[in-house]
Amino acid sequence: MTSLDSDWFDARVQAASDQLTGDEVLLASFHTEDTDFVRFNHAKVRQAGSIAQTEISLDLVEGQRHAEATVGLTGDADVDDARILGVVERLREQRQQVPDDPHLLVNTDPTSSHQIAESTLPATDDIVGTITDRGAGQDLVGIYASGTVASGFANSLGQRNWFETSTFDFDWTRYLQADKAVKSAYAGFGWDNAVFDRKLAEADAKFEALKRTPMSLDPGEYATLLTPSALEEVMGLLSYGAFGIRSQRTSQSSLLRLVTGDAQLDSRVRISEHTADGVAPNFQEQGWLRPDEVVLIDEGQAAGALVSPRSSVEFGVEPNGAAGHESPESLAMAGGTLADADALARLDTGLWVGNLWYTNYSDVPGCRVTGMTRFATFWVEGGEIAAPVNVLRFDDSIYNMLGERLVDLTSTPEMLVDNSTYEQRTSASMTLPGALIDGMRFTL
Amino acid sequence: MLELLTPADEIAAILAKALPAGVDEATVRIVDEEAEWLTVRQGVVEAPRSTFDRGAMVTVWAGGGLGYAATADLRPEGIRAALETAQAWALATAGTTVAAIAPGLTGNGQYASPVRQPWSALSIADRLDLLKSADAALNVDDRIVERRASLGRREVRSVLVSSAGGRIEQDFTFTYPTMNATAADGGDAQSRSYGRGSFCGQGGIEVLDRFDFRTAAPQIGEEAIALLTAPNCPTGTMDLLVAPDQMILQIHESIGHPLELDRILGDERNYAGTSFVTTDMFGSFQYGSELLNVTFDPTVEGQLASYAFDDEGTPATKQFLIRDGVLERPLGGATSQARAEMAGVANTRACSWNRPPIDRMANLNIEAGSSSLDELIGGIEHGVFVHTNNSWSIDDSRNKFQFSCELGRVIRDGELGEIVRNPSYRGISRDFWRNLNGVGDASTFAVMGTPNCGKGELNQMVGTGHASPVCRFGNIEVFGADA
Repeated sequence: MTSLDSDWFDARVQAASDQLTGDEVLLASFHTEDTDFVRFNHAKVRQAGSIAQTEISLDLVEGQRHAEATVGLTGDADVDDARILGVVERLREQRQQVPDDPHLLVNTDPTSSHQIAESTLPATDDIVGTITDRGAGQDLVGIYASGTVASGFANSLGQRNWFETSTFDFDWTRYLQADKAVKSAYAGFGWDNAVFDRKLAEADAKFEALKRTPMSLDPGEYATLLTPSALEEVMGLLSYGAFGIRSQRTSQSSLLRLVTGDAQLDSRVRISEHTADGVAPNFQEQGWLRPDEVVLIDEGQAAGALVSPRSSVEFGVEPNGAAGHESPESLAMAGGTLADADALARLDTGLWVGNLWYTNYSDVPGCRVTGMTRFATFWVEGGEIAAPVNVLRFDDSIYNMLGERLVDLTSTPEMLVDNSTYEQRTSASMTLPGALIDGMRFTL
Repeated sequence: MLELLTPADEIAAILAKALPAGVDEATVRIVDEEAEWLTVRQGVVEAPRSTFDRGAMVTVWAGGGLGYAATADLRPEGIRAALETAQAWALATAGTTVAAIAPGLTGNGQYASPVRQPWSALSIADRLDLLKSADAALNVDDRIVERRASLGRREVRSVLVSSAGGRIEQDFTFTYPTMNATAADGGDAQSRSYGRGSFCGQGGIEVLDRFDFRTAAPQIGEEAIALLTAPNCPTGTMDLLVAPDQMILQIHESIGHPLELDRILGDERNYAGTSFVTTDMFGSFQYGSELLNVTFDPTVEGQLASYAFDDEGTPATKQFLIRDGVLERPLGGATSQARAEMAGVANTRACSWNRPPIDRMANLNIEAGSSSLDELIGGIEHGVFVHTNNSWSIDDSRNKFQFSCELGRVIRDGELGEIVRNPSYRGISRDFWRNLNGVGDASTFAVMGTPNCGKGELNQMVGTGHASPVCRFGNIEVFGADA
C-alpha cells in the first residue's frame, strides 16, 4: 500500500480548512501512487525504477468566485501543510481579481465513501525474473507496472471520499520481424504464473500464424472482424468529446448527427458509462458521486450524455458525476449474439484485425474515422486464418461500421484496463465486444 | 517558485559522500515547475488554474545495471532514500539490461529562456482582459456556437547534478496562447483556430506578438463562418502547397518520429511504434528531394524546445539530419548513440522529475529555401493550399499517413481561388518527401511548436519545436469529406 493513507490526507485538508476565512469553502482532490516500473526490450531490462508521487488539487471558493491550484506534496506533514497554506493564500489573492463564475456549482450535500480493493501484489524482482526467463530468446518488448494508486476527495464541508487499489499491469509484444508482432496484456490484483503461461500460449498460436508469407491488400471494402482491442482504439477516439453534453450542445461532438436524430447506429448498439462495473472511483474530482450507469446510446440512438457540474449550470441539466472533461472512464458496450468460437466461421472470408492504431477524424460531422491496422492482422478464408496482412489504412464512418454494415457483436464483452501513464497511472477501462462488419473501407 | 528544500550544493555533497563502492555514477535531476492557465470561454472567465510541482529523479549506474527512483521529498533524508532505492534497482538489473551507460557528467553549464517582457508586468486581471477581448472578437456571427481564448505560461527550473562533478542548471519560460471558434448550422459544424496550439514558444508577453494574438480573432471567427458554406476540398491527384502550421505536423510525424533512434532500436515497439528507417540507411538513403534540408536546432531563440543541454547533460548543438535530401543522422542521445555505435544529437529528454529521459524530438526544422510565396503558388496549375492541422494519423512504422487541415484554398493556373473545407491528403513518407518540389524563402518561414507530443513507456508528454517555410509537393492524393 501507499505510505500515505486517507487519514493523512484528511489531516492536510483539515489543517487548511482551519485557516479559511469568511464564507470560504475549500475543495480538495488527491492522487498518490507508489509504483515500480520495469521496461523491457529484447526480453532484457531497458529501464527500471520506482516512482512515488502525490498531488493535491485545491479549489478555493467564496460565493461564485474561485481559483484553483494543483500542488505536488512531499509526504512530510509539516512541509506539506506549509506548502498548502502558502498556495491557499495565493488562491485567495487571485480570487480577488477574477469576476463571478456563473457556471460554478459546489456539491453542498456531503456523501462520504471509503473503498480499498484487496490485492496481493508480488515482489517486482520476482516478476522481472519470470518475464526475462519466459522471454529468453524471444524478441519481447513491453512494460511492467506494479504498485498502489489512491484517489481521494475532501472538502471543508466535511465530505471525505477515498478509493485505493494495488494492481500490476504487464503489457507486452512479441515480435517476429519488422512490424509483425503479437500484443498481449496481463493485469490484476495478484499474479498467477498459470494465467501468465496461458496468455503466452495464446500469443504463441498467433505468432506461429505470423510466420506465413504476408499479403498486401489493395484498397477497397472487406468483411472485417474487429477484436475488442481493435474496437477500443475507435471508442477511445469517440471518448474524447463525443459523449459530453458540452460538446453536443456546442455542435462539436462527432456524434452530433446521432444527437440531432439525423443519423442512427444499428439497433443492437448500446453504450454506457458503467461505473459500477469499472475500476475507476465512483466520485469525480469535485466530489460529485457517479451513478452506477449513465446510458449514452440505446437501441442505436442517442440516450444521454455525460454532464459535469459546470455544464449542468450552463445547459440547465442535472449533473451525473462526469469529470470536467466529460469523457467516459468506464465505458461499456453491450455484446451481441456472436460466440467467440464462431466468429471466424461467421467472417468466412475477410480481415481479422487484432489491433487498430492512431485513429483520428477525417470528417467530424460525418463521424468518419481513419486509422491503421497494427500488430497481428490476418486474412481469413473459409473461416481459417490464411496469412498475415501488411498494415492497412481504414477510413470509414461510425454510422457504417456500427450502423448499416454491422453484422453482429460478439456475445462476451471483454474488460480492457487502460494502462496509460501520462502524468500518473489511470483507473480508466473499457468493456467491449468484438464487431463483425460486412464491409469496412480501407484506403491505403 | 518556492525555495528548494535542499540546494544543489547540498545534493552534490550528498552524492559525493553517500556513494558506496561499486557505483559507477549517480545523478540527481531536480525539476521545479510553476504554471498558470487562464481561459475565457463564451464570455465567461473560468477559474484561474495554477500548478506547483517539484521533485527529483535519482539515477544510479552500477556494475552494468541501471536504476532510478523519483521522489518529491527533497530533504537530505529524502534524497538519500531515493539513492538507496535506485542503487537497489541497479544491482537487481545488473547483467540483464539492454544498456546501462553512465553519462560521465563532469561539465558545468547554464541556460535561460530569453524573456523580453516578463509576465509579471501584467496582473492576472490584465491577462484576463487580453483573453476577454480575444474571446469577444471571435464572436463575429450568430452562428459561432463555441469560442474560447486561453493563455498558459510555465516556468521550469531544471538542475542536474552528477557524482562525477558535473552540474547543469537551466531555466525555461514558456508561453502558450490559444483560441478557437466553432460555427454551426443544423447538423454541420466547422472550426478554426489560432494555429491549433502551435503558436507557442519560449519567452514572455512577446510570444503573443509573433502571431498577432491581439488582432487575430476576427479572422478566425470569419473563416469558421466561411467554412460552413464552403464546398468540400476537390478530390484527385494534384499539387499540394502546405502552410507552416501544417508542415509542423508533417515534419513531426513523418520525419521526427521515424528518426528517433530509440524507436529504430526497438524500445518503443510496444507503444509508440517502430520505424521504417534502419541504422544502415544513414549516410546514403534519399529521404526526400534535393530541396529537403532538416536540422535539429536547439539554438533557435524563443523556439519551444531550445536548450543548452539535454537531460543527461550532453551539450546541445545544431546538426543536419537530412542534407540535400540525404539522411545523415538520427535523433538519438548519448545512450542510444552508444547502443547503435553512431553519432546522434543531444535529445535525451524527460517531461518532468518523475519520468526517466528517453530520445525525443526537440527543435526539428526545415531550412528555408529560395522561392517566394508567389513563385510557389505560380508554379501550380491545379492544387490546394492547406492551412492548420486538425487531424493526423500514421502507421507505427511511420510510413502510411493521412492528414486533414482546417482550411484549404484552391489554386488554379497559378492563382489562389476559393476556400474549401476538410482538405485532406494521404501518402507514404518516403514518396511524399521525394515529391517536394518547392521550398519557400525566409519570408514564408515560421517558428512554432507542438506542445503535447506523447511517447514512451512510461508515457511522457513533452513540447517539441518545429519551424518551416511554406512547402510545395507534386503528385499528392488529395480529398475532401465527400470522397
